[in-house]
Amino acid sequence: MKNRKYLLPVAVTGILALSLSACSSEESATDPAATADCSKFESYGKHDGKTVSVYSTITDTEATNLEKTWAAFEKCTGATVKYEGSKEFETQIGVRAKAGNAPDIAIFPQPGLMADQARAGNLKPAPQAVSDAVDKNWSADWKKYGTVDGVFYTAPMLANVKGYVWYAPKTFEDKGWEVPKTWDEMLELSKKIADDGSMKPWCAGFESGEATGWPGTDWVEDVVLRSQGPEVYDQWVNHEIPFNDPRIVEALDKTGEILLDDKMVNGGFGDVRSILTTGFQQAGQPVLDGQCAMHHQANFQAANWPEGTVVAEDGDVWAFMTPPVDASKGLAITGGGEMVGAYKDTPEAQAFQAYLASAEFANERVKLGGVVSANKGLDPANAQTELDKLSIELLQDEETTFRFDGSDLMPGAVGSNSFWKGVVAWINGTPSKEVADSIESSWPKS
Amino acid sequence: MEFIGGKFLQVVIALAVFAAIIGLIMLLVDRAPKSAKDKITVAGFLAPAAILLLVGLVYPAAQTSFLAFTDASGKLNGVDNFVWMFTQPEALVTLRNTIIWTVLVPLLSTVFGLAYAVFIDKAKGERILKALVFMPMAISFVGAGIIWKLVYDYRGPEIEQTGVLNALRVAFGMEPKQFLLDAPENTIFLIIVMVWIQTGFAMVILSAAIKGVPAELVEASRLDGANPWQQFRNVTIPGIRGSLVVVLTTITIATLKVFDIVRTMTAGNYETSVVANEMYTQAFRAGEPGRGAALALILFLLVLPIVVYNARVLRQQKEIR
Repeated sequence: MKNRKYLLPVAVTGILALSLSACSSEESATDPAATADCSKFESYGKHDGKTVSVYSTITDTEATNLEKTWAAFEKCTGATVKYEGSKEFETQIGVRAKAGNAPDIAIFPQPGLMADQARAGNLKPAPQAVSDAVDKNWSADWKKYGTVDGVFYTAPMLANVKGYVWYAPKTFEDKGWEVPKTWDEMLELSKKIADDGSMKPWCAGFESGEATGWPGTDWVEDVVLRSQGPEVYDQWVNHEIPFNDPRIVEALDKTGEILLDDKMVNGGFGDVRSILTTGFQQAGQPVLDGQCAMHHQANFQAANWPEGTVVAEDGDVWAFMTPPVDASKGLAITGGGEMVGAYKDTPEAQAFQAYLASAEFANERVKLGGVVSANKGLDPANAQTELDKLSIELLQDEETTFRFDGSDLMPGAVGSNSFWKGVVAWINGTPSKEVADSIESSWPKS
Repeated sequence: MEFIGGKFLQVVIALAVFAAIIGLIMLLVDRAPKSAKDKITVAGFLAPAAILLLVGLVYPAAQTSFLAFTDASGKLNGVDNFVWMFTQPEALVTLRNTIIWTVLVPLLSTVFGLAYAVFIDKAKGERILKALVFMPMAISFVGAGIIWKLVYDYRGPEIEQTGVLNALRVAFGMEPKQFLLDAPENTIFLIIVMVWIQTGFAMVILSAAIKGVPAELVEASRLDGANPWQQFRNVTIPGIRGSLVVVLTTITIATLKVFDIVRTMTAGNYETSVVANEMYTQAFRAGEPGRGAALALILFLLVLPIVVYNARVLRQQKEIR
């Protein structure tokens, strides 16, 4: 081997290049030009030279907006926030915690995963300052979702609101239809529309690839909460009553009065079963085309309308909250939100956790658009759209009962598998009782 | 721009790592003492492949086998996962469907492929006719799934149809049909997609094999008075037996592992799930890695005999030559 003297340098260069590459990192927030008034940040203390690492599912524009929002915190407290967003968060956070590589702060998309981490002893209980901030800014419902076995761990951050019923205000006006105030009124209106014959009252689409069925779980959750009340809802979600409890089956049947009736659905697509083959993004379209009157979907449906659609009370399309069964019990809504938990109890991490639960954060972030929050200190005037404003008002209303999306709280084997499949089988003709029995049998035993 | 730069850097680094490892091995092998040089050379050059096989194949296989006997929280639970697989209705449907798939797809693909290959043999425009049938092979399973989902698409009878098949049905005065929702025939509609893809593969291999059958043999059998069917049955078929086995086993293995088509078209709903799809669903969505691993193990056991048979037939042929 004549040229073996070249081999060693080649090998060394390769190893060097390898070790250098490990140092490259992601770009961080670009806009620290926040002209914030630092007097509001005095209570968070000074943390010059300290770093808070944050990990969550939020990426792209949403992540940039978050970083823009907390730039003021960085500027005023001197701490650096190192953010990392990943779609793999749900699987990775457990792995990283186990490997001793946990972030300082994790933003959990659902309480279930957070509770697992808290029970495993990975999360630090929230300090008094965070607890106080949550008491001040959030309703007790929200604090409950951050509490595991009596210990308060995570503060809520942003929220979404489910259970809107979308409709075209102009159609309602032309036909002389009124926005219903109770479930029975809604059913009556649906029958009236069905008899009128110009369009079907409802359109729905549950197709969503492997997640097919989830929009149906939202329907069922809305009806369970409204017809059986928050106590039964909590028991159902926590499996203190079985999934095939008669009250749950009754709620399924109540939902079926709309979803399983060919006269009621599926405007623009066909019969009941066409719900299963209609993509959830397209399912609302017939509302605009005048082929169906109402469509049930969360606030993020606003992004599914074609470009140029005006979402407002006097616009092309608007929404009302699925009405209560018993109007005297006040409004109950389902939704979701992020929970901010800490893996380290350093002062800077605690200060950051408290900041994310504060009214300043909520106001600044909502001003950038695209999100809402249930923070009571949030000024609805900061909302960027009419719908965001409505959502914020609903969330902040003292009379509103808020419950987390049930399928997010159930174990994965149910909440993101058998419940979806059950809804699909139900729409496809399997009786309510049988569906509930089958979901109950899939609940993990332990 | 930075993105492309980053990717480029990664490519350079990957090449550098490769060069570094090879360089190191060559250096070490070269420095080895004379007495054991041959052995060290062999070991040195086999080591990278062996290590990669260990890390990438043997270890995961062992890990999966172990996982198959654990529950969702990672505790050993004996054969519970296998009991679940062979007793729960949803799991049984999955096994049943996998059997239907593995019987029908290889059979239909090979029969159609063989028939087509025979009929277009030496026909005018043979190449174009072949290309037409072979083309679906170039489409990914996911792509094919999406295309056929649109073909089967359904709209209510009072609305204009968007799916080709339902548009045809309506044109002939029939009611539109929810092709993908009605069990058990919906499994057949999914199988058609797989057959559509695999027929091209069978046709190309078998067509080449038919051309390899000596013309003298066919000629001789004709002079002996054999009719075309007898020629085909007694001369062509024995002549292409090896290729037939390869085609059948290859398609069978591909079919046992079928996942993409089912997942894109029905996501395993409406009683159409197959083992590979259920494996993924249980392991990664339902949070039951034990059940997923048990299904993977069963899948492996089902594929194994076919692979062994395939290898043996290939070896026998080599010996004949």
